[in-house]
Amino acid sequence: MNENKDTRLPPHLHDIQREVEGYARAFGLDFYETIFEVLGYDEVNMVAAYGGFPNRYPHWRFGMEYEQLSKGYEYGLSKIYEMVINNNPSYAYLLESNMDVDQKLVMAHVYGHVDFFKHNFSFAHTNRKMMDEMANHATRVRRIIDRVGIEPVESFIDRTLSLENLIYQHAPHFAPKVRKDPGAPEERIEVRGFKYDREYMSGFINPRAFLDEQRKKLEDERAKSKKFPEKPERDVLLFLLDHAPLERWEADIVSVVRDEAYYFAPQGQTKIMNEGWASFWHSTIMTTRALKDSEIIDYADHHSGTMGTRPGVINPYKLGIELWRHIEDRWNRGRFGKEYDECDDLRARRAWDKKTGLGRKKIFEVRKHYNDITFIDEFLTAEFAAEQKLFVYGFNEKGNRWEILDREFQKVKQKLLQQLTNFGQPIIEVVDGNFENRGELLLAHRHDGVDLRVDYAKDTLGNLQALWRRPVGIVTRVDGKGVLMRFDGRDHTDRKVDF
Amino acid sequence: MPSKIKQDHSRFREIIRGKIKENLRKYIQKGEMIGKKGKDLITIPVPSIDIPHFRYGHKEQGGVGQGDGAPGTVLGPGAVEQDGKGKAGQGEGQHGLEVDLSLDELAEILGEELELPRIESKGKKNLTSPKVKYSGVHNTGPESLRHFKRTYKQALRRSIASGTYNPKRPIIVPTREDKRYRSWRVTALPQSNAVVIYMMDVSGSMGDEQKEIVRIESFWIDTWLRSNYKGLETRYIIHDAVAREVDRETFFHTRESGGTMISSAYKLCKEMMVADYDTGSWNIYPFHFSDGDNWSADDTRACVTLLKNEVLPKVNQFAYGQVESPYGSGQFIKDLREAFEDVENVALSEIANKDAIYQSIKDFLGKGS
Repeated sequence: MNENKDTRLPPHLHDIQREVEGYARAFGLDFYETIFEVLGYDEVNMVAAYGGFPNRYPHWRFGMEYEQLSKGYEYGLSKIYEMVINNNPSYAYLLESNMDVDQKLVMAHVYGHVDFFKHNFSFAHTNRKMMDEMANHATRVRRIIDRVGIEPVESFIDRTLSLENLIYQHAPHFAPKVRKDPGAPEERIEVRGFKYDREYMSGFINPRAFLDEQRKKLEDERAKSKKFPEKPERDVLLFLLDHAPLERWEADIVSVVRDEAYYFAPQGQTKIMNEGWASFWHSTIMTTRALKDSEIIDYADHHSGTMGTRPGVINPYKLGIELWRHIEDRWNRGRFGKEYDECDDLRARRAWDKKTGLGRKKIFEVRKHYNDITFIDEFLTAEFAAEQKLFVYGFNEKGNRWEILDREFQKVKQKLLQQLTNFGQPIIEVVDGNFENRGELLLAHRHDGVDLRVDYAKDTLGNLQALWRRPVGIVTRVDGKGVLMRFDGRDHTDRKVDF
Repeated sequence: MPSKIKQDHSRFREIIRGKIKENLRKYIQKGEMIGKKGKDLITIPVPSIDIPHFRYGHKEQGGVGQGDGAPGTVLGPGAVEQDGKGKAGQGEGQHGLEVDLSLDELAEILGEELELPRIESKGKKNLTSPKVKYSGVHNTGPESLRHFKRTYKQALRRSIASGTYNPKRPIIVPTREDKRYRSWRVTALPQSNAVVIYMMDVSGSMGDEQKEIVRIESFWIDTWLRSNYKGLETRYIIHDAVAREVDRETFFHTRESGGTMISSAYKLCKEMMVADYDTGSWNIYPFHFSDGDNWSADDTRACVTLLKNEVLPKVNQFAYGQVESPYGSGQFIKDLREAFEDVENVALSEIANKDAIYQSIKDFLGKGS
């Protein structure tokens, strides 16, 4: 970043790093090599504005992010403590003005993250050379800007960003689809009945009705495969890349935005686990190994600052660390399995301790195979919800205010899972690329009880239309009724539909 | 600041400012959105730019929280934050971002948007006179300006440092190096200032809406003139059949009843100029707002004479804004138009409603005189 400045660790921090790294390894954490850099607050804000990467393509939203971070810092409202990039080697940034005890804490926290990046399955398909990739993206976009001009490129990026959440987060785990050649000649449908070797038996083995049925089946299948797309496509950006009449540079930008969206997606899918895991380890390393007596007050102050909660917001650090501790404790005491689950005696349950001591092993296993949804689904117990005082809140239209609605375990868990479904994004897919045989693009919103924000949806349709060129529409439900919102490039129309 | 982000940041600022520019009409209408805070910093809440996505409607959503309280407990304001998720770089805040604009910046935007010319310097009137101010200490200078206390302090410091100081016999003799002298700086003080004299008709026919228009318009006029003149004074005159000077507060909130004699205001304005504002060193801007319903043709003639002989020769520009009201005949502006058809420093404007303020400011300030 700043070529004139040495951002390497000064000797005393280097020693601290060696020490903390040693503790982390001794606890069994396994991470990529991690390079720490020391930056001033302004540089930290810049890098944070770029999502942790020193090199991003030019776009005003990074400037906006930067302004927010800088203002927050300058007015003493917020400060970035820690930042780490999923990359091999991993890069992490330390704020120059922090106290040594903070740097220690941050390092321990960072090793937790990097271990998680390396081992959690969600990250298995992320690009571990993203640092370079982002820089390449930056160069690509800059070149396009040199050629086409900043205005059209920036507007196009804005439009594409408007669609960036229309990806399929799990797609990287599947093998890429085989694309059919659309120009290939159609094969004739041939109905083959069961084999027979005596001609006179054919009418009995393959009666006419049976053959007709078979033919219909095949024809249906053929018709289905002619549908475009064959199956609803969740990766809308990919669909646009494949089928929208984009200019080359436009396609280039769509693929840049899409790549980056896929890179960041796993971090959204594992926010609670990941922050919880890192906090679990900084807490464990600091309190059992790295802290000096003189540092305890500052450590406690900063740790509790990170763990603070507000009523209407889930703090992923807090929820995560507590859940990890809860799991470790349960497996340490054998509070799992049939026998425990079926025990109705409250007193016995409370005193339950089989001294199994499997906690550590269990959490290392869990950090590999779960994401936030499965993590919460499997390990958030009624005891835990009560202990952590979790509740469901909602908006009271009459009072025009937010209120606590319920503390019942099932409802809390359901709501939490719902919030995490598709990671807080509505599920939207392409259902027809040739709607009404007029080359229009039709999306469908899989309504799960919550309506889309209508004004945003319309603006987004506008952006989609600009990429697709032909009219676009989306079917969804508004106030319980099916609606097809359509935009033809000039006007928005709504039409009632069964959906 | 690292330069890469600087580009993105200034791009963002430009967009934000562009936003303000586009919505400027709206801002001008909602004068109350602009508050002066502190000395000259004002804060305009401008939402951060939010790229639209397909996303869930806000209030239906609800969520899971953590903390004490029985069902029904109200979560305090600010407690609920949708979109709390997302790391830096994927952030998509729904929250307003405050954009600080100083009045100067605001005036600049106003000027740019309305294509207002900078006010031309009026030769001698804009001269500044140098003023000497003692503001610092040097170690050379004439003996007459020697700083006694500093000099001895310095001497004391030296003698302690060199170990020659004897507390029992505290004699200090300053050497040449210890001596300190007062030094001065020359600052330029504007010799000439500007004064705006606002006059408003508060007769029965001027309603609250008309006054609101006057208030908003005068805010923007103030802002513009202030950015052109270092010192700007404002005076306020209200009139119905008689005129009197009032303070700002009264100016905007008084409602009188009764007839209208505009000449009374112009007479007072003239007296004010004679008494306090010497034409040689003051730039004078009288602004008059009325619904244009004067008492009689005689009085209107008196007004024209007063303006022609007494007021216009002394002022940079005389401006008359006629606010439309359901009662007024609106004759006055026609009379003025007739009388001052080709006169350079008279600006006349009709303001039909709040939307017309924009054009009206342009009428008034577009001449750049």
